[in-house]
Amino acid sequence: MMTTNTFASAVEAKQASLRADSTNQLHRRRKLVNNIMLGLTGLSTLVALIPLVWILVSVVENGAPALTPAFFTRVFEPADVGDLTGGGVLHAIVGTVIIIGLASLISVPLGILGAFFVSENPNTGFGLAVRFGTDVLAGVPSIVVGLFVYALLVNGAGYTALSGAIALAIMMLPVVLRTTEEMLKLVPRSLNEAALGLGAPVWKSSLRILLPAAISGIVTGVMLAVARVSGETAPLLFTAQGSNVLSTSLNEPIAALPLTMFKYAIDPDPVRNTQAWGIALIIVVFVLVLNILARLIASRGVR
Amino acid sequence: MSSTRLSRLNRSAKPSTGLARLLRHGDIPFKLIIWLSSFLVLALMIGFGVMLWMTSGETRAAYGTAFVFGTEWNPPGDIFGAIPFIVGTLATSFIALIIAVPLGVAIAIFLSELCPPRLRRPLGLMVEMLAAIPSVVYGMWGIFILIPAVVQPIGDFLVTTFGDQIALFEGPFFGSSILAAGMILSVMILPTISAISRDVLLAVPFSQREASLGLGATRWELIWQVLLPYGLSGILGAIILGLGRALGETMAVTMTIGNVTQLPTSILNPGYSMASVIANEWGESRAGLYSSALLEIGLLLFIMSLGLNMLARLLVWSVSRRNPEQRV
Repeated sequence: MMTTNTFASAVEAKQASLRADSTNQLHRRRKLVNNIMLGLTGLSTLVALIPLVWILVSVVENGAPALTPAFFTRVFEPADVGDLTGGGVLHAIVGTVIIIGLASLISVPLGILGAFFVSENPNTGFGLAVRFGTDVLAGVPSIVVGLFVYALLVNGAGYTALSGAIALAIMMLPVVLRTTEEMLKLVPRSLNEAALGLGAPVWKSSLRILLPAAISGIVTGVMLAVARVSGETAPLLFTAQGSNVLSTSLNEPIAALPLTMFKYAIDPDPVRNTQAWGIALIIVVFVLVLNILARLIASRGVR
Repeated sequence: MSSTRLSRLNRSAKPSTGLARLLRHGDIPFKLIIWLSSFLVLALMIGFGVMLWMTSGETRAAYGTAFVFGTEWNPPGDIFGAIPFIVGTLATSFIALIIAVPLGVAIAIFLSELCPPRLRRPLGLMVEMLAAIPSVVYGMWGIFILIPAVVQPIGDFLVTTFGDQIALFEGPFFGSSILAAGMILSVMILPTISAISRDVLLAVPFSQREASLGLGATRWELIWQVLLPYGLSGILGAIILGLGRALGETMAVTMTIGNVTQLPTSILNPGYSMASVIANEWGESRAGLYSSALLEIGLLLFIMSLGLNMLARLLVWSVSRRNPEQRV
């Protein structure tokens, strides 16, 4: 009797310790899995930063030697005559400024006006359809935008700077519209109601009260839109087409930095490749500065 | 007296002529203008479809559905089949997803759950900067840096180790390939996936986290068993948006995929994507069947990206609408 009792309690004790062991083991395993997986997510974030740093370093490293004063002041020259530097990219800089300026002139007013409509009719069927359409338009491949503008404007009429600007304007429109709409949403309703209550017509309240109140956000949106299109190449291939001469005409083909960069990057001549890196450096710096500035303004403007 | 004050505030009401009243002091034209501006977005969407449909009529009349399923592309012989490009587009996008989805979701988890709040913004900003770098710069970086430094060794290893057994890794391999384009694309779509997934995870209600941690879950169990299932449809939306971006990406792919019109059988073969064949061959296609065929590829691309984008937006919307308490 006594012995069986001791035996039973011994078994129980053994079982308890086993159970504790397995609990301990389970606990340890869960902790281990936890640590490993959490470590992996941190590692992934670091891994994602590698290409960013790598791209920036290689663009600066390869592009900086190309950035001589002549690069900014001269236009295309054949690489096998004269000083063998291949000239500069002034024609492409001028072309890009013209195309992007014109694209902004077209898309910014349209985007802001469209945003007024959407923010005033947020829950109507049409308002929702426009919001949805804007999101989808932002996802249309840029090459398709180029084809569309070609079929609409270029076919038969020839490549022009204007059609290039329209293609970029189509790409900017959804960005401007969506950011403006988001910003208008943040303006207190009471401002609008006060203006309307004093008898101001809707247009006046919109343009004189809401627009100034949301302006910093809208500027952000425009900057992001410009940043988005300033490196776009595909929509310009079939519209602005590119050129080697300095042109300011809207009715002729025009050069643009990304187009020239693409042409030079796949050129067998290393002189051209270096120039392409130089253009890459200009574009990347411009785009990153715009992005960072836009975010600074956005974080400061709306509180 | 009050009426003079009112009209001083509202100068446009002063000359209350019949016309001004008829137009509600400018509101009717204004509403018309803003309606037209927003309608422009929808008109563009419809215009894309209609324009591409009309201009690609010649190939549709000549080939019908055989165009979509044809495996040969031979412009001089007037043979146009889109399969090599569809395969190229899908294969590169698929490789991009295999690499970018785990990485992107992991980044989203890190940024939303683990990252010290001070680092959250700068780190998120840096990952998003990857989206700001233009496609053509990625392409050039791919040609001169990534292919020689990374893709070439990986490809050589795959050919020598598995080349004989697995058809997918068969040579010959020259650097520019489906694999190279896919790897470039993975970097390009990473920010799309991680940024949207992060927002989705941040939108999971606090009560869900508290309940899970209160029951004794570890951080990882909270993430794996609660947050990810809760935000699944939103993360799926983010992945589909990334896929949409990969499908339509033009310049970076054109510069790294090799541009060969043959149907690829291995990821180490050079190939052609739908977007890059349009970009590359447009100059040669003066008119007629050739350009019409390229326009039809454009139409297919448009339909694919339209469908994916609509699906993705619906998924992301469904998540952001579901929860009442937002944390963003």
